[in-house]
Amino acid sequence: MSKETKIDTPAVEGFFTQGKEPCLIGGRYRESGGYCFPKNLGGSDPDFPDDGIEEVTLSRFGKIWSYTNSTYPPPPPFIAAEPYEPIVIAAVELEKEKMVVLGQVVDGFSVEDLHIGMSVEVEVGTLYEDSEYRYLTWMWKPLPEQNIKDKK
Amino acid sequence: MEDVAILGVGMHPWGKWGRNFVEYGTFAARKALADAQIEWSEVGFISGAITVRCGYPGYVAGSTMARALGFNGTQVASSYAACASGATALSVARGQILSGACDVALVVGADTTPDGFLSPNDGVRTDDTDWLRFHMVGATNPVYFGLHARRRMELYGATSEDFALVKVKNSRHAVFNENARFNKEYALEDVYRSPVVSDPLRLLEICTTSDGGAAVVVSSVDYAKSLGLHDPVRISAIALNTPTYPDPVIDLPYLATDSYASANPSETGFKESIGKHVYEEAGLGPEDVDVAEVYDLASSMELDWYEQLGFCKPGEAESLLRNGSTSIGGKIPVNPSGGLGAFGEAVPAQAIAQVCELNWQLSGKAGKRQVQGARVGITANQGLFGHGSSVLLKR
Repeated sequence: MSKETKIDTPAVEGFFTQGKEPCLIGGRYRESGGYCFPKNLGGSDPDFPDDGIEEVTLSRFGKIWSYTNSTYPPPPPFIAAEPYEPIVIAAVELEKEKMVVLGQVVDGFSVEDLHIGMSVEVEVGTLYEDSEYRYLTWMWKPLPEQNIKDKK
Repeated sequence: MEDVAILGVGMHPWGKWGRNFVEYGTFAARKALADAQIEWSEVGFISGAITVRCGYPGYVAGSTMARALGFNGTQVASSYAACASGATALSVARGQILSGACDVALVVGADTTPDGFLSPNDGVRTDDTDWLRFHMVGATNPVYFGLHARRRMELYGATSEDFALVKVKNSRHAVFNENARFNKEYALEDVYRSPVVSDPLRLLEICTTSDGGAAVVVSSVDYAKSLGLHDPVRISAIALNTPTYPDPVIDLPYLATDSYASANPSETGFKESIGKHVYEEAGLGPEDVDVAEVYDLASSMELDWYEQLGFCKPGEAESLLRNGSTSIGGKIPVNPSGGLGAFGEAVPAQAIAQVCELNWQLSGKAGKRQVQGARVGITANQGLFGHGSSVLLKR
C-alpha cells in the first residue's frame, strides 16, 4: 500500500485535534482557572476541592523551555522506526495556560537548530506506521522569527 | 521527633550479577545483622523497600526477605516509592520503633534490574502518564535529565565540562569503594569519548541499571544504650515530600507541568522542600552538614542538589565543584561513595545504600574515602510520581 493511501489515526485518541490548525486537547478547571494536559490526568489545586474539569483546546503557540534528544531508540511502549533516527524533544511553555508541555520536535530539526525561548507551534506528525495506518502524535514545529506576527 | 539509632549496616556489592534479587537482599541483611551483632530472631519488624520493575510488588517485598531469612512470625511491611522506596521503608521502621511497637527493625531493599532504559511494564495503559510519555513522545528518563541539564546551561552558564567533571570527581571517590560497580577513575577525555545519550548528557554521565542490595538495622536510642552503644550514628530526620501544587518544573513521568495560571508556584521548589523538611525536623541547617549522598541519576543533577540542599546559592554549584569543595578533602564532600554514577541504580536498594555510606562516614569506617571528622550527613533522593526523600544522620 503506498503512503498516500494510508489512513491517519491518532496513536491514542483524545490528545489533539487534527486539521489545518491542530491543537492539543487539555483540561481547564472551571473554578480555579488552571489547566492540565492530558485533560483527565492533571493534578488538582488543593484550594479548590470541588473543582471540575472542562475540555478545552490549548494555545497553538509556545516558547521552548528546554530541549534534548534521544540518540538511542526509546524502549517499548515507544515504537521506534528502523533504522532509528534520533528523536528531538522539546518542553514548551504555553503563555496563556502557564504550563510546560513535552513533545517531539517535527522531523528535520536537530538540537543544534533549537534554542531556549524559540517560538514553536503545534503540528501533528507521524509517530509510527504500519501497512495500513499512520499513527499520529502532537509535535512542536519551530517557527522562523519573522512569521510569528503573521501567525498570531 | 526523637532520633533512632543505627545498630548496623550491610550491602551486597553492586554489579550486573544477573542472579535473584533475594540473594542480594539476604546477603545485605545478614551483613547488617552481623554488623549490629543482632540475631534475626531479635528483629521485631522487617521493612522491605520494593519495586515493580522486576517481578511484581507481591514478590519484591519485605516478606520475601523474611522468608529467605526464615519465617519466624516477625511483623512485616513493604513500601513502594520508586527510587525513594528505601527511605520510605526506613521511615516506616522508625515509626514502629518510636511508637514502641518493636525494639529492633531491619530495613532491606534489593533488585535485579533489567538492562537498558528503565521502562514501564508491558501492556497498554492510556491513562498512565508513565506509559504515555514513552509511547506518545519517546521521553525516556535521560530525556528529562537532558532537559534539565540544558536548562542549567541556559540559566547559569553551566558547560558540558562541568557535567563531565562531576563524573570525574565521583569516579575518583569510587576507586576506594569495594561495593561500587565501577571502580575505574575516569578522565575528562573518557567522558567526552562516550556517546551522547540525551543532549548535552553523555553515556558516562547517566547512571546505568544495576543489581544490588542494602540493609540497615535500627533501634531506639535507649535500646542501643542497653546494648552498650552510647554514641551510635542516629537518624535525626526523614523527609518523604510530595510536591506542592502548582509544580512548574517538568519532571518524569509527566507530559506537562501543573499550570500556574491560577496559583503561583511555591517559593520553595519541590526538591528544595525535601532538604528543608529534614533540616527543620533535625533542627540543623546546610551549614552543619559535613557530607552528602545525593541522587546523581545524571551528573548535572548532582549540581542541582548542591543548590537544592542549600550548600550554595543557585548558580554557584559549578564553582563549588571546581574549587574542590565537594571532593573528599573539601568543605562539603558529595557522593564519597561514588554515587549512582559508580553504582548504577538498583531501585529499592539505592536510598538505603546512601544511608549505609553515611553511617560508615559518620562512624569513621569509610577507609580511604573517609571524610575526616564527619558528624552530620544528608541524603537526597527522588522517586517517580512525586516521591521526594531525604535522610539526615548525625553522631
